[in-house]
Amino acid sequence: MNYKHFIYAIAILIFYGCRKDYQLTKIEGKRLEIDENIVANAEIEAFIKPYRMHVNKNLDRVLSYAVDTYSKKDGEFNTAIGNMMADAVMRQSNPIFKKRTGNDLDIVLLNYGGIRSILSQGNVSIRTAYQIMPFENSVVVATLKGTDIKAIVSYLQNAKEAHPIAGMQLQLDKNFNVISATIKGQPIEDHKTYYVATNDYLYHGGDHMTFFKNSSNVELLDYKIRNVLIDYFTQMDTLKPTIDKRFTKHN
Amino acid sequence: MKRRQFIQQTMATTALASIGGLGLQSFSNSATKKITILHTNDVHSHIDPFGPEDGKNPNKGGVARRAAIVESIRQENPNTLLLDAGDIFQGTPYFNYYGGELEFKLMSMLKYDVATIGNHDFDNGIDGLYKQIPHAKFDFVSANYDFTNTVMDTHVKPYKTFIKNGIKIGVFGLGVQLEGLVTKKLYKETKYLDPITIAQDMSHKLKIEEKCDLVICLSHVGYHYKKNPDKVSDLNIAKATQDIDLIIGGHTHTFLAHPTIAKNAKGQNLLVNQVGCYGLYLGRVDFYFNNDKTKTAKGTSILV
Repeated sequence: MNYKHFIYAIAILIFYGCRKDYQLTKIEGKRLEIDENIVANAEIEAFIKPYRMHVNKNLDRVLSYAVDTYSKKDGEFNTAIGNMMADAVMRQSNPIFKKRTGNDLDIVLLNYGGIRSILSQGNVSIRTAYQIMPFENSVVVATLKGTDIKAIVSYLQNAKEAHPIAGMQLQLDKNFNVISATIKGQPIEDHKTYYVATNDYLYHGGDHMTFFKNSSNVELLDYKIRNVLIDYFTQMDTLKPTIDKRFTKHN
Repeated sequence: MKRRQFIQQTMATTALASIGGLGLQSFSNSATKKITILHTNDVHSHIDPFGPEDGKNPNKGGVARRAAIVESIRQENPNTLLLDAGDIFQGTPYFNYYGGELEFKLMSMLKYDVATIGNHDFDNGIDGLYKQIPHAKFDFVSANYDFTNTVMDTHVKPYKTFIKNGIKIGVFGLGVQLEGLVTKKLYKETKYLDPITIAQDMSHKLKIEEKCDLVICLSHVGYHYKKNPDKVSDLNIAKATQDIDLIIGGHTHTFLAHPTIAKNAKGQNLLVNQVGCYGLYLGRVDFYFNNDKTKTAKGTSILV
């Protein structure tokens, strides 16, 4: 009996001894660059190919035609490309919002920084929508009071940038004071409820748009801004957006 | 210059001279076992290399190239693990068109061993992630996401262990706080638990109970938050725990030229690494184990 126990004890000792024998003595760490000097694995490359072809074919499908090249840098307080985006959000989102809530959208507010590329003259494809809007942000509708709308006006007045808007008209004098601010042609009423479509990034305070935190309700439309553009491009035979008078400064 | 300093500092703490170490190997009957850990993070659906016209990363990245490197390293050392620290999804139209199917299929072809879950992996909702699980021939680990009341329940383990050439390796996963980062509608009933507490439990479990020789934390928590240094991060997890040998990170898209040597709660060294994003780099950490007592008594040297 004792003998057997002794054997077990030895066996356990040997077992642990063996295990413990191996100790970490050295660690080497580095990073390896993945670049054109590496010959790609042919099997993986061949596997990706049909996916790539399908994606590219789809991305390059022509949806519309742009009569000119439009950049967010063309225009001081409103730009053709920015107006197109805000108008597209208004046009595409309003029917969904109205169907869900019975209300109409009053304003669309996007951000200048969210226009990620130019719209080039010529064929407009799905790829164009990806270039202009590579992010996954979706349309959300905030419920704001007139007082909050005045905060938006003051934001735009101070930002001095062509943030895309629709539904709102704003005129500044040469010292950036507000001459007039109207919504659908009517003056802003402090206690009136307004429905403002924006994207989820801005709604959560992106670009310091803090006024959205006063929103009493938010309606998520489950509609990506990029899909808004794709649908808008599909419906428009030609794109010829213009700089207009929605946001101006008198000199 | 910086690299040299690192080596010297490490030598000083472990009191191991590299020349002496090499000499011993040649005449004793000692054996060395080498475990190679390869890792990526925040690949974000970057399957194709960046084009030559790209303003930032021309001709860099690409899964087929990564596959070639991984294959050659595996030939050199079959005792290799390939890990991913999350945010596999979102960033190129491949994700929009295929919902992550291609990403998982390719990772399976590259024989990834295990991955953790990043915030963007919820971008098509937890149902969107679940839908792609059949395409993944590798496992998911996350110890601080409780998926009990979601479709992902049982599809994600807190940790996984591997035995390579007799060396036992434990890998546990950690995820970033989802609230405020991901819409609740997408992650649904996924519960986020404190990464530090979980890391303390996990490292103890793996080192003491599971008797792992090597404990790896696969984290999508973020390397470090400069403006908010007390926020939970890989560097803070390193400081607050013991028994972790390597933290492989993600989320912050931090490009580390070499792994960081950090000190754990007991003042011992561990490595924290992250390779930026988009598959531009592959991280590599080699662990050498030896059974020669004259060597093992002298501690571990770290060369980064």
